[in-house]
Amino acid sequence: MATAEIPYQETAPLHHPKTWIGKYVFSQDHKVIAVQYGITAIAVGLVALFLSDLMRIQIAYPEFMDWFVEDYYYQAITMHGMIMVIYLLTAFLLGAFGNFTVPLMCGARDMVFPFVNMLSYWVYLISVIILLLGYIPGLGGPTGAGWTLYPPQTITEGTPGADWGIMTMLASLAVFIVAFTMGGLNYITTILQARTRGMSLMRMPLTVWGIFVATFLGLLAFPALFVSAIMMILDLKIGTSFFMPAIVSMGQTLAHDGGQPLLFQHLFWFFGHPEVYIVALPAFGVVSDLISVHARKNIFGYRLMVWALVFIGILSFIVWAHHMFVAGMHPYFGFFFATTTLIIAVPTAIKVYNWVLTLWKANIKLTVPMLYALSFVLTFIMGGITGLFLGNVIIDVPLSDTYFVVAHFHMVMGVSPILAIFGGIYHWYPKLTGRMLNDTIGKWHFWITFLGTYIIYFPMHYLGFIGVPRRYYENFDSSFYPASAQLLNEVITWTALFVGVAQLLYIGNLVHSYFYGKPAGDNPWGANSLEWCTPDTPPSHGNWGDKLPTVHRWAYDYSVPGSDKDFIPQTVPQGQSS
Amino acid sequence: MRKILDHHVAILLGIVVVGSVIFNVWSPWQFTEIASNWEFIDFTVKVTWWICGVAFVLLGLFMAWAIWRYKYHESGESHYEPEHPVLESWLTIITSIGVVIMLAPGLIVWDDYVQVPPDAMEVEVLGEQWTWKFRFPGEDGIFGTTSVKKNVERGLDGTTFEPNITSLNPFGMRDGDPHGEDDILIASNVLHLPLDRNIKVVMRSKDVLHNFWVPEIRAKMDMVPGMITYFWFRPTRTGEFEILCAELCGRSHHNMRGTMYIDTQEDFEAWLDSQVTWAEMKAGQVPEEPIVAKGRQVADQNGCFACHSLDGTSVVGPTWQGLWGREVVLDDGSTVIADEAYIVESIVEPNVKLVEGFGSVMTPYAFEDDEMEALLRFLQETAK
Repeated sequence: MATAEIPYQETAPLHHPKTWIGKYVFSQDHKVIAVQYGITAIAVGLVALFLSDLMRIQIAYPEFMDWFVEDYYYQAITMHGMIMVIYLLTAFLLGAFGNFTVPLMCGARDMVFPFVNMLSYWVYLISVIILLLGYIPGLGGPTGAGWTLYPPQTITEGTPGADWGIMTMLASLAVFIVAFTMGGLNYITTILQARTRGMSLMRMPLTVWGIFVATFLGLLAFPALFVSAIMMILDLKIGTSFFMPAIVSMGQTLAHDGGQPLLFQHLFWFFGHPEVYIVALPAFGVVSDLISVHARKNIFGYRLMVWALVFIGILSFIVWAHHMFVAGMHPYFGFFFATTTLIIAVPTAIKVYNWVLTLWKANIKLTVPMLYALSFVLTFIMGGITGLFLGNVIIDVPLSDTYFVVAHFHMVMGVSPILAIFGGIYHWYPKLTGRMLNDTIGKWHFWITFLGTYIIYFPMHYLGFIGVPRRYYENFDSSFYPASAQLLNEVITWTALFVGVAQLLYIGNLVHSYFYGKPAGDNPWGANSLEWCTPDTPPSHGNWGDKLPTVHRWAYDYSVPGSDKDFIPQTVPQGQSS
Repeated sequence: MRKILDHHVAILLGIVVVGSVIFNVWSPWQFTEIASNWEFIDFTVKVTWWICGVAFVLLGLFMAWAIWRYKYHESGESHYEPEHPVLESWLTIITSIGVVIMLAPGLIVWDDYVQVPPDAMEVEVLGEQWTWKFRFPGEDGIFGTTSVKKNVERGLDGTTFEPNITSLNPFGMRDGDPHGEDDILIASNVLHLPLDRNIKVVMRSKDVLHNFWVPEIRAKMDMVPGMITYFWFRPTRTGEFEILCAELCGRSHHNMRGTMYIDTQEDFEAWLDSQVTWAEMKAGQVPEEPIVAKGRQVADQNGCFACHSLDGTSVVGPTWQGLWGREVVLDDGSTVIADEAYIVESIVEPNVKLVEGFGSVMTPYAFEDDEMEALLRFLQETAK
């Protein structure tokens, strides 16, 4: 039996850092690296949040900011999108949550390659810096091609940042992918090789499963983005024509000839669609665990939840062209990709049912992390069903490139994973710092953020129905929609500004509670998974003291009949209840 | 009161769900009135809307109810039941049925959308940063071929070519193609089409991706340089409709507008007859003095026509038609005569004296003396 083996990490020597720099800066401790990832991602996310507020002001009051010219607007939408998807969501969910939870929840001392893990963070930081170099004054600013970076416009003169800005963007993405690969190999190897005694795959918490599948997707999908970034750099600097047909740009006939712009789109979305799930699956996992812990009930249908994650992961590689239904590819592709896309709705719906059914006959503690998890489910349902509109090829025709799409993807892969992140931080902060976050501030932040984002994005779908196109610097007066649409835009903008500022509550809470929060104890939520069984809180370097924990059961034994407490940690042998 | 406070989470979630339904019913913002044959698209949207709407309401209200009903009690205990294969199977089956009901009509309409009826009349839409042009095939019913470059010579030491798309050949018509001579060229962003005729829209782009979209028609498709894309529709009511570009195409994307009129057959034919063919356009082009021709070439090669028209329409910058010697109003309200000094200043330092209504988007240009002279002569000539 596997439990008889002594895990390698129990006997391998740990090299404790000897200096302050080794402990907190160039640290190889997965928990410190998680914090470094988290702080960097939040910092760059604030830049993206600020840009989005500028965009909203421009949309609602086009006359208000004279200095905010077209170029700035298109640069803002591009940077906002790319930062949020890659440098905040991907980096936070895998870099921060992945690093923090994988070794702790698997019962490992650390990642299996701690040095590579450290490099992963520093390379990520470099990619963020390169990205922000796009804003160096005097060089034309960052690219304004939209986060999808579609050529030819990305590298032609009619687009802002077609020279310097696009280079920093492509270089930054390439460097980020290097960082992701180093982190990703670590997560996968650690999950496969360094689980403690008794931690079979089917006993792993769903958070780890979500991160595991998402990392596979990332390792398979990011190379497509990597090669397309390199090919575009060659088109721009060496004069190749991978993506460039013969064109007349701003009156000048370019030397390029014979390239295919759609090739880029296929490569981009071969990465881009799995990317949606790279963000969504860890969020699914985190939310599953939060709901189960705080509802004091086992997650409903654990095995089906695992297989749904795996099935979604596999399917996510054969749906990419639903982003290209009106891109001009062969129309027969529409049949195939619409069908695969709607099939993926089935395992996704199963996940939603199981979250909701977990609430049934539960004993629901409405803690702040639970509030975030519940709001995730509702927001995700909204974002998921609008995906059924866009995935059905013919419905995509009138709605694509309108605000319906903007509303859809913000609900499903913007707000939802952010809510999962807020919930996850709130849930694990006591383990990370030994202190509780402030519930009053937490609740204010939660209600403002959840209701605010709903007021922003729910009505936005209707702007799409009336035909307001996305990525417009200015919307003039169009005959095909009522003038009241502008009123709606103003409401959305005011709400967005309010919600934007309210995020300071959360950051303030993180900082304040670090010094003044209530002491948390080892297991404030009464949770079962291994991270709550560490001998120290916060866990020390090496996590487990002398001996690694032994796992005897799955992570969801809540309210087991006959047990005197409503939870049984994974380390408790079968037959005992505490 | 106490109860409401106790259950405020459930209540607020319920309000969000019910509020969404109310918003949906009372919203003044619904699908724009359709003006084409694609009512089946709207029908498919409605089917999806109902299925998804019911799912959203059921799930949302179930959540709110469960949160109310199963709120934490110290003495409370959850029901321990890790799995329920029967329930899980049923949910999977019901979801799959819902998906099929949504997908099937969608695929049927898509099949219609991609198969153009054989009797469809063709019109070509040509996209460029940031305006539209249109072309009809003329009497022979066949479009002449086009190309971006001509006299391309590929060799080991590189490729040489001449531009084929210029201000004298804005559509890039290929020399010597007999089908092109009778093509009707509409070098403006106003298109007329006849009512109740099947129309195949074929699309190409000179520079970057664009997307030809009239919201009331429902149909849209990207225009991809190097490719020809298409869709078809049948206009079902007359009127004036706005053409939008629906694919981000650079800094003036939002300015890429046009107008489509759906006319009766007679009105349409009268309009079409008044347009020029490629042969007429060529014949109407009087030979220019060498210096004027050179000025045009300078303007062509530097992309001036991307923003400045020669026919009086305002694109991104002011038109050059009749500019020379005219009085123009600047954005500070003052006026100035567009004489040689002003025009040179506007080329060299374009953002100092902006014409009212135009943004500061032009980059400064520095020309050799002979180029500047030729350009000024050309501008003078176009004012006549």
